Amino acid sequence: MTENTLKDKDGFETMYLNMGPQHPSTHGVLRLGLVLDGEVIIKAEPDIGYLHRGMEKLAESRTYQANIAMSDRFDYVTSMNNNFVTALAVEKLLGVEIPKRAQYLRILMAELNRVVNHILFFGFFAMDLGATTALIFGFREREEALELFESVCGARLTYNYFRVGGVSRDLPAGFIEKAGNFVKMMRSRLKDYDDLVTGNVIFQDRSVGIGRISKEDVLAYSLSGPVMRASGIKYDIRKDDTYSVYREFDFEVPVRENGDCFDRYMMRMLELREALKIIEQVLIKLEPGEILAKVPKIIKPPAGEAYVRTESPKGELALYLVSDGTANPYRLHLRAPSFINLQILQKILTGVKVADVIAILGSIDITLGEVDR
Amino acid sequence: MGILLDEAPYILENFPGGGIVITSADWFINWSRANSLWPLTFGLACCAFEMISANMSKYDLDRFGVFPRPTPRQADLIFVAGTLTKKMAPRLKKLYDQMGEPKYVISMGSCSNTGGPFYDSYAVVKGVDKVIPVDVYVAGCPPRPENLIEGIKKLQEKIKKDTIKNNGRAKIFK
Repeated sequence: MTENTLKDKDGFETMYLNMGPQHPSTHGVLRLGLVLDGEVIIKAEPDIGYLHRGMEKLAESRTYQANIAMSDRFDYVTSMNNNFVTALAVEKLLGVEIPKRAQYLRILMAELNRVVNHILFFGFFAMDLGATTALIFGFREREEALELFESVCGARLTYNYFRVGGVSRDLPAGFIEKAGNFVKMMRSRLKDYDDLVTGNVIFQDRSVGIGRISKEDVLAYSLSGPVMRASGIKYDIRKDDTYSVYREFDFEVPVRENGDCFDRYMMRMLELREALKIIEQVLIKLEPGEILAKVPKIIKPPAGEAYVRTESPKGELALYLVSDGTANPYRLHLRAPSFINLQILQKILTGVKVADVIAILGSIDITLGEVDR
Repeated sequence: MGILLDEAPYILENFPGGGIVITSADWFINWSRANSLWPLTFGLACCAFEMISANMSKYDLDRFGVFPRPTPRQADLIFVAGTLTKKMAPRLKKLYDQMGEPKYVISMGSCSNTGGPFYDSYAVVKGVDKVIPVDVYVAGCPPRPENLIEGIKKLQEKIKKDTIKNNGRAKIFK
């Protein structure tokens, strides 16, 4: 806990501002203790744990399949990507071969979820800077994407779509056409987004040059995902340490140089376009076939450990899984990108104005479910 | 306002025709309360996204007079949307205490109803009703926005059955 008796450089007393855990712009229940000198922040201290649900401990008392269902709730915006990493880790322990169609369906869902995450980021980031309309726009498109998810797995938010060895069910009739229409619609809406927000002078004033993260800091704090790429490091696990069948798809890894809030925002907008590109390719490549490999009903992987890393919309999402040969994992550990990206906050918040705290926090894009677990 | 509203029903009851005044006042007050429910923007976990969806473009809670307020002092309703942990529970109590009467609580989702999928966790409060009183429980993990709207309508029905005789200090005097 910060002492609120810190003195500023002239010897005057500072003000201690408590931001959160109930605050519309902390994206959940994050608490920030800010020590202020006038409007400038001398010290910022994030306090996490308000959503600590003990998921890693609970995982030890659940079967592997039940853990995929629970992984939906790690980062509830990108449930499909969490399913993905959990399924991959169990499969690495088991050593099963996944059918081709299942692989494609997994990538289709993971990329659709990336689109949903980035749409949400667009809405919330713009709203943090005072533009409510953007959020309403974003949610309009999100509902269309959620309809696609719903037609496949019956849920809007917690999908539980992945199975060890494949996926739970095949696409319903007419899905490919609907998804194609969604991609087309999204492309045209992205133009609206750019007109409404990206080119907006007020938006640029609030975000250009704010909260710069240098290349060295990115490496020192092991930041990942769009936050890392916005600072000029071209590294994407889908390309550089590829998993599943990502190597079959043609997509770019966008990079920006400045590492400020605006670049982090632009990264998401560029990645959104790349994700749409991948979705389009999957829809063309899909061929009929099996969607679930033959795996025993009760999954008991041989004793051992597996570490799998994937590129979630928030950054590098990795899972460390230890098996002792029983039906439940011995240990499950999540390398949560939100949690690790949040660590830089204390450093970049020092010396900025209060109003920029919201912009910087929003641009890092965290989900508290994943931070606290 | 307080004394007037608190004791008026009991003074009025003794006059001829007083009952009609009370029921008319009831109707008007309940109608206005039920149709301007201002919730606190209080999202805890996954359910918060369904709560926001319900507020946004497609479901548009505005048409029920539900308009989110960022401070508990302006709110009459609190959606407990998500898992309540033991660290968060005292904060929720504090927020609830800061809200002015009359105040209502909708518990949204399995986690806040009973603990849900995290029932056996060491860190989770098993039901938000252990901390604050709940008016309406909405089931689901997470509940769909339609489900939440149904919960709000149930709460409106509940409010419309209320009478000023149950207000504040009147209860004590009776």
